[in-house]
Amino acid sequence: MATVNPVVDETPCVANSVDPESAEWLGVLAGTGPQREAALTRLHEMLLRIAQRECRRRGPRLQITGPELEDLAYQAAADALVAITRKLGQFRGESRFTTWAYKFVILEVSGKIGRHFWQNPPVPLDAEDWDKLPDRFGFDPAHQAEWQDLLAALRRAIDTELSPRQRQVFLAIVVNAVPLDALAIELSSNRNAIYKTMFDARRRLRAALAANGYMGHDTAGRS
Amino acid sequence: MNGYSELDRFLRTDPRDVGCAQATEILHVYAELVAAGEPAGQRHPGIAAHLQACGPCDEDFDGLLAALREETR
Repeated sequence: MATVNPVVDETPCVANSVDPESAEWLGVLAGTGPQREAALTRLHEMLLRIAQRECRRRGPRLQITGPELEDLAYQAAADALVAITRKLGQFRGESRFTTWAYKFVILEVSGKIGRHFWQNPPVPLDAEDWDKLPDRFGFDPAHQAEWQDLLAALRRAIDTELSPRQRQVFLAIVVNAVPLDALAIELSSNRNAIYKTMFDARRRLRAALAANGYMGHDTAGRS
Repeated sequence: MNGYSELDRFLRTDPRDVGCAQATEILHVYAELVAAGEPAGQRHPGIAAHLQACGPCDEDFDGLLAALREETR
């Protein structure tokens, strides 16, 4: 999958020597017998603890509570354990083993929350209630005269500058407030591809608004 | 933050932004640097730029960082 921008960090990751604790994890998980089983049990307990904590952290912003949230944590921990054991050979020692492992369970929690969104979506994916657009950016209705031209220009740019796919993604994420991970699942895509679509859409919209004097050109990240 | 500044922030794109795939690939490395008080953003400016713009990846980063910090308590 291509990245948003081919320019990458100046300092790429360099594989380090594995620290003793990580080496112990790797050794026992790559082995067989009761030692491996004990390590898997211990790792699962750690992953479950992280998943439960992460679900509690995100819980207040979700439509998931109680046993359902607990179940999500258990599923995330179980699936993370499977992914970790399958990808053990990909651990390069750039971090502690447990940090690498925790990343898997955090990503599993994200994915499962995204899938859960479609069990009871608050709006259809393709609803076109553009009246929500001002509120999405916090424009004050009491001062509509100050921003209505800008928002009209934005609407025009959305219709004329974006590809159908970019418009669909913009509508879903910005207007209908569909979480990016949930949208990726619904469109049989992935987070990176949807982000790149939005990234390109944002850049096009900015350029259109700047060309018509509604906004400055983008200078972020440039020296 | 008023509507204009929020829209301005939303439409700002950073050319250093590496995207979700690359950010996820080394999120564990980046999180350990941050947890250790290292200048993670200087070492990985593309990741820093991405986390600033991508809500889902930043959420994952926050979760991973919280896990590391809880572990060291």
